Amino acid sequence: MATLPIPLPYLMFDDSPRAEFLGGVRAELPLLLGVVPFGLIFGVLGLAAGLPGWAVVLSSSLIFAGSSQVVFAQLWGGATPPPVMVATVGVVNLRHLLYSAAVADYLRDLPWRWKLLLAYLLTDEAFAAAIGRLRDGPATAHRHWFLCGTGFTLWSGWQLSTLAGVLLGAAIPESWSLDFSIALTFIALLVLSVHRRSDAWAAIAAAAVVLPALVLPHKLGLLVAAGVGIVFGLLMRRFDGKKP
Amino acid sequence: MLLLTMAACGLVTFLIRLSFIAFGHHLPDDPRIEAVLRYVPPAILGALIGPEIFMIGGNLNATPDNPRLWAALVALLVARLTRSVLATIAAGMGALWVVQACLA
Repeated sequence: MATLPIPLPYLMFDDSPRAEFLGGVRAELPLLLGVVPFGLIFGVLGLAAGLPGWAVVLSSSLIFAGSSQVVFAQLWGGATPPPVMVATVGVVNLRHLLYSAAVADYLRDLPWRWKLLLAYLLTDEAFAAAIGRLRDGPATAHRHWFLCGTGFTLWSGWQLSTLAGVLLGAAIPESWSLDFSIALTFIALLVLSVHRRSDAWAAIAAAAVVLPALVLPHKLGLLVAAGVGIVFGLLMRRFDGKKP
Repeated sequence: MLLLTMAACGLVTFLIRLSFIAFGHHLPDDPRIEAVLRYVPPAILGALIGPEIFMIGGNLNATPDNPRLWAALVALLVARLTRSVLATIAAGMGALWVVQACLA
């Protein structure tokens, strides 16, 4: 009798750490199509905003959250007080609370070192690619390796593309207006985050308030506008359909 | 100072991600908090987009000869139709270059 395990993909589910990890890598790869250009652009834009190259690269591992890194670079360029910068980055990343809540049940019995690692890797794209496997796949002992695979792949792509963006940065002429792609990324993410009419109203209210709010001291405009948007969305909630 | 601020931003981001994973059983399970949280992404993105389109070199330009306004509208349309980040960036950049060339 053969002692080597024979892979039988259609009869058996391979839940070895290796198979789960590679499954995560495969699920994440298509998403890198959108992430790598964003990383390149962030590298270029970070330099343009006045950050030194080492800080642009370091922010990708230290903060590791694309849109908030863009905000960080912009606010730093505008000589914002550090407490306001930390608060604004926190609000921009507050949506990760929802991801943390969504994966918490699947990671409950893991040791602390796993919880710390997977929390660090929990980005928009790593979450999006892994939640299907965690929620709908078999509840096996090594399924957290799948999230590790999506997170590690995204992390690597983000570090390398940021570094490439910093190295290329000086070579891209300003007349290409590449900084506009940041606004375009936000527009795409916004459309993906709008599920109900009141979501759209929250965005419209925040966008309308932010321009006059820019005169507020200490660059508090962004926080104030986001707050107004949230309140307006809550007020408009009653006009949403019956859909959950 | 830059390094310190960046580290603080990283720590806050990490703690947000760790919150429910590590302390889920201690955190309140309140539908009102959930309702507020759901409006954070659209509100913060709306607030981020406004200045990117209308503030050019520190000056407000909300008139029809602002090419970024037209490119943003094209991007919004493409984003709604395709729901693809990449297609939105490609269409928006293309639209910006075309409008800039027409206005030049």
